[in-house]
Amino acid sequence: MPDRPLPQPTPTSQPFWDGLRQGRVLLQFSPSSGQWVFYPRNRAPGTLAGDLEWREVSGEGTVYTFTIARRPTAPAWAEDVPQLIAVVELDEGPRLTTELVDVAPEAIHIGMRVRPVFQDEGPVTMLRFAPA
Amino acid sequence: MGLRGTAAIAGIAEWKPQRRPAGPHQFMLEQWADLARAALDDAGIDPREVDGICTSGLRESASFVPSTVAEYLGIPVNFAEFVDLGGATATGMVWRAAAAIELGAASVVLCVTPSMPAPPPPEDAVRAPASRYGASSDRWGSPQAEFDIPYGNVAQNAGYAMIAQRYAHQYGYDPRALAKIAVDQRTNAGAHPDAIFHGQPITIEDVLASPMIADPLHLLEIVMPASGGAAVVVASAEVARRGRNRPVWVSGFGEHLAFKTPTYAEDLLRTPIGPASRRAFEMAEAAPADVDMVSIYDCYTITVLMTLEDAGFCAPGEGARFVNEHDLTFRGDFPCNTHGGQLSFGQAGLAGGMSHVCDGARQIMRRAGEAQVRDCDTAFVSGNGGIMSEQVALVLRGD
Repeated sequence: MPDRPLPQPTPTSQPFWDGLRQGRVLLQFSPSSGQWVFYPRNRAPGTLAGDLEWREVSGEGTVYTFTIARRPTAPAWAEDVPQLIAVVELDEGPRLTTELVDVAPEAIHIGMRVRPVFQDEGPVTMLRFAPA
Repeated sequence: MGLRGTAAIAGIAEWKPQRRPAGPHQFMLEQWADLARAALDDAGIDPREVDGICTSGLRESASFVPSTVAEYLGIPVNFAEFVDLGGATATGMVWRAAAAIELGAASVVLCVTPSMPAPPPPEDAVRAPASRYGASSDRWGSPQAEFDIPYGNVAQNAGYAMIAQRYAHQYGYDPRALAKIAVDQRTNAGAHPDAIFHGQPITIEDVLASPMIADPLHLLEIVMPASGGAAVVVASAEVARRGRNRPVWVSGFGEHLAFKTPTYAEDLLRTPIGPASRRAFEMAEAAPADVDMVSIYDCYTITVLMTLEDAGFCAPGEGARFVNEHDLTFRGDFPCNTHGGQLSFGQAGLAGGMSHVCDGARQIMRRAGEAQVRDCDTAFVSGNGGIMSEQVALVLRGD
């Protein structure tokens, strides 16, 4: 199987990936603006406030949009079609790129409730989603 | 506020896009020189009058591109830009050139987008590392490398497909209307000998029968990469009026960008061309109804549909009805992408974006041949980079 690229955590994002390893979803929160933030940053987007703190969330959300990639998006996924690529909106508001698992392609729909699935891949744990 | 419309596109040059161009190939610097000379000849402007350049990425140089280009051309300049807006680079170059001219920083600015292959390198040549993931950066610390590429959200198809899916959820989806965009543009390509699909008409049924690549996008709704190149010369009124062409005044522009990856768009269905177009029309003191033709960046059919809506040619959600009710060919009541669009003309890298600038300019210059729109005085041109992430609108006008 071709090597799929894995995330390389950075000093800023490490708590997020550490959380996934433990089966927890940690998001950054900016108390001064009341906004939840994804992906991890050193300052809050928009206000550039330096008050981001990590908080644990349920990781549940809804499918905001998705596609069924019937041709591989890059050679690394040549053996993984169809790819079920999605944008999930977490209940706190932030959206993230992910893949859907444990679901038939034809059953996917926008607005579908999903729950996090933690999948260890080598040194990191990927955050994918399955129907809730 | 903004441009007064006293700078004009005075000359254009475009190489016919090719799928697999035969050699001998040239470096991008060499292509720059050829395209610059061709556009200046077209304008009737002496190269020694050039005093500004708008550049973009060069395969030969990772940095210091403008000075490398000026040195190679042997043309000293007072204005040098490096524009990095993907498919919006060409339109971004044109307004920057016009702004520099109106400010008095320059009087003749070359905007050049070469995109032909380079000569094959010797074994030990230093080459730019090719990104394995197209427009997504896989470098250490890149948000795309960490949060998008690992889930397979790479290249363009998946991103545009997800925008189209969301559109369908919000407004409904008429696959035949989307297909008609590609069909009408293919008709236009039949009137443009340089189009890569010249002489190969298609039907709505052909589009819908082509393979599904990423739901709901069919193969014939997706732009085909090609090689080529294009250039325009933007000049002051004084220079443009003594040139060979009818001056194409850059009357208005708008530019808007807020994200790289659409996952992080505030609202996936409000594209940056909305605010960009409003600014462009306001600056030009024009309205969408004043436009005689549009050349809309068409990497995908959905891009055209959403641009029609967000630029104000029809209301949000009405795009499919608009497309069904109008003839988008050069003969029609709403001429769109009269060169065939990139879908049928070919997308030669950043020159694909420039093809829309040339399309609009060619119409106002009244040089579109068989595809000429009668009495074409006002054109709307859009540029689109990334995944509807960085967009530029231009309003071009003849006297």
